[in-house]
Amino acid sequence: MATILKPETADAVLDAVSWAAADEIPLEIVGSGSKRAIGRPVQAEYTLDLSALSGVTLYEPDELVLSARAGTPLGEIEKLLADNEQELAFEPMDMGVLNGAEPGSATIGGVLAANVCGPRRIKSGAARDHVLGIKAVSGRGETFKSGGRVVKNVTGYDLSKGLAGSWGTLAVATDITFKVLPRAETVETIMLRGLSDKDAAQVMCTSMGSSWEVSSAAHLPRTAAERIPVSLISGADSAVTILRLEGFGPSVAYRGDRLVDALKQFGSIDRLDEVLSTALWSAVRDVVPLHGDRPLWRVSVAPTDGPVVAAALADLDMRYFYDWSGGLIWIETGEAEDAGAGPIRAAVQSVGGHATLMRGPAALRAAISPFQPQPPALAALSRRLKENFDPKGILNPGRMVAGV
Amino acid sequence: MTGLLMPKPNEDALARRVEIAAALSAIVPGEGVIADDDGMRPFESDGLTAYRQLPLVVVLPETVDQVSRVLRYCYDNDIRVVPRGSGTSLSGGALPLEDGVLLGLSKFNKVLEIDYDNRIAVVQPGVTNLNVTKAVEERGFYYAPDPSSQIACSIGGNVAENSGGVHCLKYGLTANNVLGIEMVLITGEVIRLGGRHLDAEGYDLLGLMTGSEGLLGVVTEVTVRILQSPETARAVLVGFPSSEDAGQCVADIIGAGIIPGGMEMMDKPAIHAAEDYVKAGYPRDVEALLIVELDGPSGEVDDLLARVSRIAEANLASYLRVSQTETERQTFWAGRKAAFPAVGRISPDYFCMDGTIPRKALPQVLARMRELSAHYDLRVANVFHAGDGNLHPLILYDANQPGELEKAEAFGADILKLCVEVGGVLTGEHGVGVEKRDLMPEMFTEDDLKQQQRVKCAFDAKHLLNPGKVFPQLHRCAELGRMHVHKGQVPFPDIPRF
Repeated sequence: MATILKPETADAVLDAVSWAAADEIPLEIVGSGSKRAIGRPVQAEYTLDLSALSGVTLYEPDELVLSARAGTPLGEIEKLLADNEQELAFEPMDMGVLNGAEPGSATIGGVLAANVCGPRRIKSGAARDHVLGIKAVSGRGETFKSGGRVVKNVTGYDLSKGLAGSWGTLAVATDITFKVLPRAETVETIMLRGLSDKDAAQVMCTSMGSSWEVSSAAHLPRTAAERIPVSLISGADSAVTILRLEGFGPSVAYRGDRLVDALKQFGSIDRLDEVLSTALWSAVRDVVPLHGDRPLWRVSVAPTDGPVVAAALADLDMRYFYDWSGGLIWIETGEAEDAGAGPIRAAVQSVGGHATLMRGPAALRAAISPFQPQPPALAALSRRLKENFDPKGILNPGRMVAGV
Repeated sequence: MTGLLMPKPNEDALARRVEIAAALSAIVPGEGVIADDDGMRPFESDGLTAYRQLPLVVVLPETVDQVSRVLRYCYDNDIRVVPRGSGTSLSGGALPLEDGVLLGLSKFNKVLEIDYDNRIAVVQPGVTNLNVTKAVEERGFYYAPDPSSQIACSIGGNVAENSGGVHCLKYGLTANNVLGIEMVLITGEVIRLGGRHLDAEGYDLLGLMTGSEGLLGVVTEVTVRILQSPETARAVLVGFPSSEDAGQCVADIIGAGIIPGGMEMMDKPAIHAAEDYVKAGYPRDVEALLIVELDGPSGEVDDLLARVSRIAEANLASYLRVSQTETERQTFWAGRKAAFPAVGRISPDYFCMDGTIPRKALPQVLARMRELSAHYDLRVANVFHAGDGNLHPLILYDANQPGELEKAEAFGADILKLCVEVGGVLTGEHGVGVEKRDLMPEMFTEDDLKQQQRVKCAFDAKHLLNPGKVFPQLHRCAELGRMHVHKGQVPFPDIPRF
């Protein structure tokens, strides 16, 4: 068992990393540890646990800004925002539950480190698009800050974005500032039934390209739809294509009418109210249809390429669904050998994009590359970036790439 | 600006100028290389015209392969390179170096592909911001970031500066609207970051590149997100007896859950200058004027206009006018958009500053600015992106009066320090360039700046790309890489050490 270091202040984080840097001792960096089973397994005798570095340090609703220590539970932040009718507009999913972590246990630091997002990604972006500033400790054992608390800021390189999606391999963030936004007054979902993947892609792309401000578009083949805990969906006995509208009440109703007009040629249309929509999109966000033990892939491609990739994988033992207008495919496979890495990566390669293994046994995650391998020049650049933040390679070594 | 210190020129490069021009001509044949002083004159400055410097030689490649070979040649021969798009930078980001090759991307001016299904446009970096919208408007689409210079500024430059515009509170900055780029490293290696898909894999190098001011690489292709235009847009003009009331109105609008498409504020000197110039119908007897634009479905816009009007009245608005026609909406904006040239008419010279502040600090900052204005005996007019806190004070001076330029510079530096003091930043959208370079330590510690420069080292370890910009002091990468280890610190006494 690794020894756990549990600093309660940013200064104590600095002390711990400085000590590790001096003796070249690898550290596994965790918040609550809910995403620990994603990526390559980290071999480290010490775990730097940030869960005690917790608390919202600044929240000014009128200024649309919130700062928190890295170990602050996401749930605590979301509750505070909800009490003020605001939210993190990038709608962070609960990535931990994919691997059986306690629901709602993620920390805000982990949300940035994994660049988490949700179905609204296609309209509102991911964590990277909403982070305004950070304080962090580099693998050199030095504290640095970047950004600030204002939206418009081009003063120096944006190291806050640099830490987004770095999985704790560049620096240990201690304080994070996010832009927050008003929560939509209401939400409605337009649902179509029985479309093929290809037709669904067309419906989703047409809707996203309309003036009706669709905030999310997903398509669930029957085998995924039947696992959504909303009876209208699970009982549909067919594939469902769902489009989400959010905003002020009268506007949502108006846009819903326009969208239904535009799509009626594709068959009968259901309209789901706020209660059903909230449950539905929460299930899509957290990939509920594919919860379980089998390997799970997250594939990101251009929206129209989604069905192309799925068609290329028709021979795989898999269950899947699309989010992001077809540009995100969640694929659960039963392939024994490499969890389908070979054919999945080949299919993605042919259209451009990437595939990440989000669930799989540790041996598999050590054997194949869970993150998309990069071309040589890009891989070399990434390695140089790592070396410039963490020259001794002590922060989550090997988490993203073997030997880095 | 008066005593700007640039990196010591590389004497070897200066001595080999003719040879370097010949070598570049071999890579970019025809008229792609300019080495005579008259021909290079148009490149001697960018939008910050207080600084001028002829480059060593100008090269205008037309293909990615040429860019790659030019950079590789410069890398092999330790020659500095300054990339340039349209040259509209207001911070001197494209200011040439005496010993540096000026690499202009103006011939990369083609829209390569439009994909409406995936809502993207793939363009070359020299395409102007406005031409992206023009290329897709026939189908009702547009490109959201709209810096004031959009008629001239290039997309490549927008990536370098992470440009904003009046709509960025609702629609984001360049960083939020670019999906992918192709770029060339100083070594000549061509890489792609991101693409048509939403999430770039691995480290967010695209996020680091955006706003890096030409110090990390040369962008040769950009994939941007395009959006369908809102069904309608209307604006309301609101006048207030004090900037405090206007500031509170802005806070209350956002507090009510409304994110306007645009929300701009002007102070009295700016209102008068704009009204004298454009006759936009602005009230002259108010201390602050807000333009609030709502966009979206018509029903929503009408509803929100009513809500905004009620909030304005509750905040003691003394003037309120809602645009009734598209022409009237355009007129409201005409005054604001002409604010800079309008101020240019009432003063021989002016500096445009670009700090961002937390919105609530606005009254405090304006009051302090009035004191500074009295202290320096220089007038100042303010335009303010009220939604996002980006402040553009325009300092009026006359360069022909001895000492006024220096006074104006000192005034500007005081304003930017004030922005940092209240929790803001030195530059919201114009970039650091050379203009704010020496103020960076006001905002960042030595360690902060060193970590930023280590990013530079990962991309350009020889410091050949655009040196002298952004960072007040250049550290060699070998020095930055050295670890100063403090042995013997035991963070947690109960931890066993080996």
